[in-house]
Amino acid sequence: MSRPLLDIRDLTLGFKGWTGLTEVLHGISLNIQPGERVALVGESGSGKSVTARIVLGMLQSLRSARIGGTVEFDGRNLAQMSRAERQQLRGTRISMIFQDPTSSLNPVYRIGTQFHEVLKREVPGFSYQEAMNRAAEILREVSIVDAERVLNSYPFQLSGGMNQRVMIAMALANEPDLLLADEPGTALDVTVQAQTLDLMRRLVEQHNTAVLFISHNLGVVREFADRVYVIYKGRIVEHGPTTALFDDPRHPYTRALMTAVPRLTGGGVPDIDDDASAFSAPLVDHLAGEGRP
Amino acid sequence: MMPIARLLSKRLGTSLLVLFGVSMLIFAIARIIPGDPARIALGPNATTEQVAALRAALHLDDPVWIQYGYFLGDLLRGDLGVSLYTNRPVTTDIAQFLPATLELVLVAGFMMVAIGLPLGILSARYRGGIADNIVRIVSLLGVSAPSFVWAVILMLIFAFYLPLFPVAGRISDSYSIEAVTGFLLVDTLIAGNFRAFGNAAWHIVLPAFALALSGIGQATRLTRANMVETYDRPYIEMARSYGFPARRIANRYAFKPSLIPSLTIIGLDFAAMLGNAFLVEAIFAWPGLSRYGVAVILRKDLNAIVGTVLIISATFLIVNIIVDLLIAFINPRIRLSQRSS
Amino acid sequence: MKRTISILVANPLSLLGVVLVATVVLSALFADFIAPFPEHRGAVVDFANFNKAPEWPYLMGTDLVGRDIFSRILYAYRISLILGVVVLAIAVPVGVTVGLVAGYFGGWTEYVLMRITDIFLSIPPLVLAMSIMGVLEPTLANGMLAVTVMWWPWYTRLVYNITRSEREEGYVLAAEVIGASPLHVIFREILPNCVPAVVTKMTLDLGFVILIASSLSFLGLGVQPPTPDLGSMVADGAKYLPDSWWLTVFPGLAILVAVFGFNLIGDALRDILGADQ
Repeated sequence: MSRPLLDIRDLTLGFKGWTGLTEVLHGISLNIQPGERVALVGESGSGKSVTARIVLGMLQSLRSARIGGTVEFDGRNLAQMSRAERQQLRGTRISMIFQDPTSSLNPVYRIGTQFHEVLKREVPGFSYQEAMNRAAEILREVSIVDAERVLNSYPFQLSGGMNQRVMIAMALANEPDLLLADEPGTALDVTVQAQTLDLMRRLVEQHNTAVLFISHNLGVVREFADRVYVIYKGRIVEHGPTTALFDDPRHPYTRALMTAVPRLTGGGVPDIDDDASAFSAPLVDHLAGEGRP
Repeated sequence: MMPIARLLSKRLGTSLLVLFGVSMLIFAIARIIPGDPARIALGPNATTEQVAALRAALHLDDPVWIQYGYFLGDLLRGDLGVSLYTNRPVTTDIAQFLPATLELVLVAGFMMVAIGLPLGILSARYRGGIADNIVRIVSLLGVSAPSFVWAVILMLIFAFYLPLFPVAGRISDSYSIEAVTGFLLVDTLIAGNFRAFGNAAWHIVLPAFALALSGIGQATRLTRANMVETYDRPYIEMARSYGFPARRIANRYAFKPSLIPSLTIIGLDFAAMLGNAFLVEAIFAWPGLSRYGVAVILRKDLNAIVGTVLIISATFLIVNIIVDLLIAFINPRIRLSQRSS
Repeated sequence: MKRTISILVANPLSLLGVVLVATVVLSALFADFIAPFPEHRGAVVDFANFNKAPEWPYLMGTDLVGRDIFSRILYAYRISLILGVVVLAIAVPVGVTVGLVAGYFGGWTEYVLMRITDIFLSIPPLVLAMSIMGVLEPTLANGMLAVTVMWWPWYTRLVYNITRSEREEGYVLAAEVIGASPLHVIFREILPNCVPAVVTKMTLDLGFVILIASSLSFLGLGVQPPTPDLGSMVADGAKYLPDSWWLTVFPGLAILVAVFGFNLIGDALRDILGADQ
């Protein structure tokens, strides 16, 4: 087995506040191979998004954050890197896509200017004109035909779907090894969301980019990911290859999550057991015994 | 640039309407004056005939709305009447005293922006840190005293205790500069006299800083507050996730969106300096509108009071229009939208 | 309320604000007992002790006719605070009502009321108050009037903006759907949402009213002698700088201390109540 691109072991996170330490992550372990698409599924507040932000090194500088365990990217421990070294990874080897594309683009700068800034992360000396040519090239990859007009626009002049394509283009512009996608497109119409997800899937396959896909939407996860981790209240409760996990969900929380999705074929709103104590059952690992990947 | 032109014409229209309202308001205030303005102007020794003649000349015997009509007619011809205090046209008086005040206010406004905004950025970027706490306390102190108190304190420290700056005046007596614009900092340059320019600049530092202090505090606090809010926006998180340098995020990506809500209030603060200049001028013996304004108010010199307030309000409205245009320039939503609201 | 107070006291800066304001208010209330020379608040002359630098028993020195500056500052606080409370007691209800009405009814009502407000806001505050004081006799009551006239539009602006946005909220629409009268909606539904912002602004403004009033009297357009007033004390002493520095510095610092105190509390309240602007 090759060395994982991202290896998170026993990661804990707490925030120190007025009332003491609030623990958010209770030791989660997760790994991603180069080019692999891995989903992290859970309800809001379960700790999915903070995990992505720790990988990006964005919580480490927060004074109230207490982080334990190890996060290794490409064999290097993030905690042992300097702040500048962690910063160096962002936007070049790791990039991120956010929930709401329109509010994630700066409202008072043109798309072109923001693209220029992104491209300068990889090639600091990029001139504006060169950057625009390169940006137009990338935008055409995400099926944007009139790239010049888009680069000349402000985010509020473009549709949500268009902004989402711009975000995907920006995220892949510097050929990162790892893409963190935090509920991408949840703020968009379902049809637009489906289109852009499809596009994203095609591109990461083409570029062989590894993805950590964070979502609460099991349907989307099933289509997109090779492997799934289910997270509940800061703990990984079930883990396995997508097909295995969907065919045979063993953890009570995963099962609840799956029945919670209303079906297009009807059958009413499903019943969810109010008693959540079963959700604290120990980790189910579909790969246990087969050796960790 | 069509939307900008539309915005400009719309704002000019509202401003004229407001200025018209201001003239009514001030006129009304000036007419509720107790006592006879003609009698006050002529003094206790004037004869009844003299008073009656002046009353007729000032239309004081007509109903108030007729008086206002006369006033408005004169105003449209650029005639603000004669000051009963100096016996000169009010416009002449104002033209003589206003440039010194405006020069002071403009320099103070420049200080407010040039010092206040960077301090606000610094404070927001390092929020919670030592620099932030110091800046917060200092800026709060800045807004907590009227400018005449700052004038006294600055004068004691930087003119008397450490004699770094002059105590009073606009320029040393040894220079005689031909008045072209009335702005000494401009006139000295027109005259090509750089030593005189330096001298005038040296004179304006303390009074302008005293006048600017509360504005600096206000601009700092506003910039900080708006930037702290902007820092929580998704687009800043995105900029950080892409590893944009922290300094660039602060100075560009967080600052520019935050400036839009700050600018309106900074414009108002700038306008407030037109009033506060009166306080600073009194301490530093600055030959501006202050002494004239206070003198005409104490003497109930109607024409001069109305004229002074109108001119100050007009200046204020012009500043507001400039601020609106600046906002439109910074905010693409206004600049590019078809409806300018 | 209880929570608000406990947070105020927990933060060192807002605690300082509470201490400063408490000191100012208590010294104004009990000036008669604290002041070493209570009679110096009036037209007393003591030429044997005139223009003295700070020394016992004159903590802050004496003025040009021999009155104790410390005693006069205590009484000046009393007048400043009365002025601030009275001004806000009139300006706030007026401004808030106009803002609520303009924001709720919209249309012509809004247009007329807001343009009138704009007119008042288009004259720099101090200049407006000065011109009102100019035509009236300079007395404490007229001073209050002048400051009140310049103050209410700021509350109109604040409340108008809140009303405009609250007006579109679900709970307001719901109240209207079930047939609540405009009066009920304005005062029972919308007004409570304006309270945090208004209270915060009032705390800050108590300081700023004191500041503006002192500016007026500094220009000779406020409270007249012999009534002690911080602004006119600074103005009278300014001619004798730098030698008789205590004539100006102590009254000046007295203004700073009071306004700073109110600002510290106002700032903390803004953070706690989450009120904008």
